[in-house]
Amino acid sequence: MGSRASTLLREEEIEEIKKETGFSHSQITRLYSRFTSLDKGENGTLGREDFQRIPELAINPLGDRIINAFFPEGEDQVNFRGFMRTLAHFRPIEDNEKNKDHTASEPLNSRSNKLLFAFRLYDLDRDDKISRDELLQVLRMMVGVNISDEQLGSIADRTIQEADQNGDNSISFNEFIKVLEKVDVEQKMSIRFLH
Amino acid sequence: MTDLCGGGMEGLWSIAVVLLPVWFSVMIGFIMIPAMFGLSLGVTSVYIQILVKILEWATLRIERGHREQPTLSVPAPLPFGLIQREGGSMEQEMGELRRYRTQSISRGEFALSDSFYFYIKGLESIVDDQVTQRFSSEELVSWNLLTRTNHNFHYISLRLTIIWGLGVIIRYCVLFPLRITLAIIGLTWLVIGTTLVGFLSNKRLKNWLSELVHLMCYRICARGLSATIQYHNKENKPQKGGICVANHTSPIDIVILANDGCYAMVGQSHGGLMGVIQRSMVKSCPHVWFERSEMRDRNAVTSRLRAHVAAKTNLPILIFPEGTCINNTSVMMFKKGSFEIGGTIYPVAIKYDPRFGDAFWNSAKYNMVNYLLRMMTSWAIVVNVWYLPPMTRREGEDAAQFANRVKSAIAHQGGLLDMAWDGSLKRAKVKEAFKEQQQKMYSSMVMGKKGRNSQEPHTESTRRQ
Repeated sequence: MGSRASTLLREEEIEEIKKETGFSHSQITRLYSRFTSLDKGENGTLGREDFQRIPELAINPLGDRIINAFFPEGEDQVNFRGFMRTLAHFRPIEDNEKNKDHTASEPLNSRSNKLLFAFRLYDLDRDDKISRDELLQVLRMMVGVNISDEQLGSIADRTIQEADQNGDNSISFNEFIKVLEKVDVEQKMSIRFLH
Repeated sequence: MTDLCGGGMEGLWSIAVVLLPVWFSVMIGFIMIPAMFGLSLGVTSVYIQILVKILEWATLRIERGHREQPTLSVPAPLPFGLIQREGGSMEQEMGELRRYRTQSISRGEFALSDSFYFYIKGLESIVDDQVTQRFSSEELVSWNLLTRTNHNFHYISLRLTIIWGLGVIIRYCVLFPLRITLAIIGLTWLVIGTTLVGFLSNKRLKNWLSELVHLMCYRICARGLSATIQYHNKENKPQKGGICVANHTSPIDIVILANDGCYAMVGQSHGGLMGVIQRSMVKSCPHVWFERSEMRDRNAVTSRLRAHVAAKTNLPILIFPEGTCINNTSVMMFKKGSFEIGGTIYPVAIKYDPRFGDAFWNSAKYNMVNYLLRMMTSWAIVVNVWYLPPMTRREGEDAAQFANRVKSAIAHQGGLLDMAWDGSLKRAKVKEAFKEQQQKMYSSMVMGKKGRNSQEPHTESTRRQ
């Protein structure tokens, strides 16, 4: 039930989250409602099993990676602020933000931050490079048992060949951006709220 | 002075002691007798009409309150979900993502942007998914003056609060004792009546009396919940020797359906009070109660039900194929076991009106007693029951497809969402097979239209098939 939920979130907190993530007041209250409905233990934080209870996420081949993205390095619980910070990457870019000059720090949902989020889902060890192994891992998660090792290996090799420009046999963030420069990231990596 | 007061108090008390039982029995008499014969004094419908007027006034008042104080910014529940979701298939969506590439999608292959599809789908489901919301009560568009549904509604006006307070008094002090008494009378009558009927030996008389007893008891129980039931398409009512299937929202479904006809119940035999009721019911006409151990053996269950259905003089059995209570906004997967028995299926759609009381039993949150108490302190139960035309399995249709066909018919009639997800997801994890399905679909996209002839699938020795 959402009754206790909306009274527990203080106005100051909502303002802080608004500033940090750019979500509107009503979006934040709704997402808080969602957060508490997922929080079966009612302790103000979500663990991995709370996410895995969502059937649509549990059957997503990359579900585990997505869940990991919510948890900071080495931690097992995420609070509402952390939850919102991760979701903020997928907020649509509003028109009035598009041409703002970046004297302030870049908003979480800028094109480059969206791509960084996707890059980090490949680059598990955070060495700012997607190695052949890391690429293979993600590929294997997506195709399951249906493609052989050799086939998958050659797909990975071709992908790296296409993207790699400095010859280090891995994809750096800049190479990643270059390959995807024509993708409509703003449209495709955004969640549109109806209100 | 004090003597006078003391005397006054005593006088009042003695009057109360005399009047209260009289008033009580009059009320009971006025409710029970007509109930037993299926008549209605029209009191309930007047009550409902008054309630509707009050609730409409309350809704307007709340809306006005919101307009006058926009800083309250209370988010109203969303009927269409929180976010806009892309409806395209996996191929369509990935194709759009891959448009930046020069090769066409029919050549297959992998693109770094493919994973974006899964990320977005995953994040959308974290923000708002279709399944987990079915296992908690439906959020109302406007407050119906019950504390328990007060999610986001703040103090608006004095008048509203007074009405709410009056409502609490009426529901807990007037309606509740009345309803409890009726329920107890109803159940006691069921036990006594069925046991008495069990002593008869004349078949026809026994059946006729048994039906009468059952109907009377369920009607009294329905009054005990202030239930207003509208039956539609009575010509399709389930016949003897058939199977009645309905969507499941709460244990009260049984009372709702049994108000209009006699059914053979199917279920697990319990101990305690339930057990007493179950055993006495069986004395007057055959119901199908299973021991816990029997329920595990699907074949035993099916054959017993089949035997019951085959005897054409037996009452139609009542089954809820979802297997668990859903919150009456959708119909979830029907377990195919009920559809393997054979015989004619009579589908029934049940839809509760959430304004008057939330009928959904959230068995994870509330136990049965708690739930019944909440039911008896709601405004009323208003429910629509549609009898659908009978269905039988077609040639070449297997049990699962038949189950889906019946489910769609019920969902369509009741205005509920037709979902393929399993209701047991309330407690259990989703099957791996669905993830494997998605992986397979994606793999065929990667391999392209030339097919998978030249490679063997990767095998892991520990993989469960």
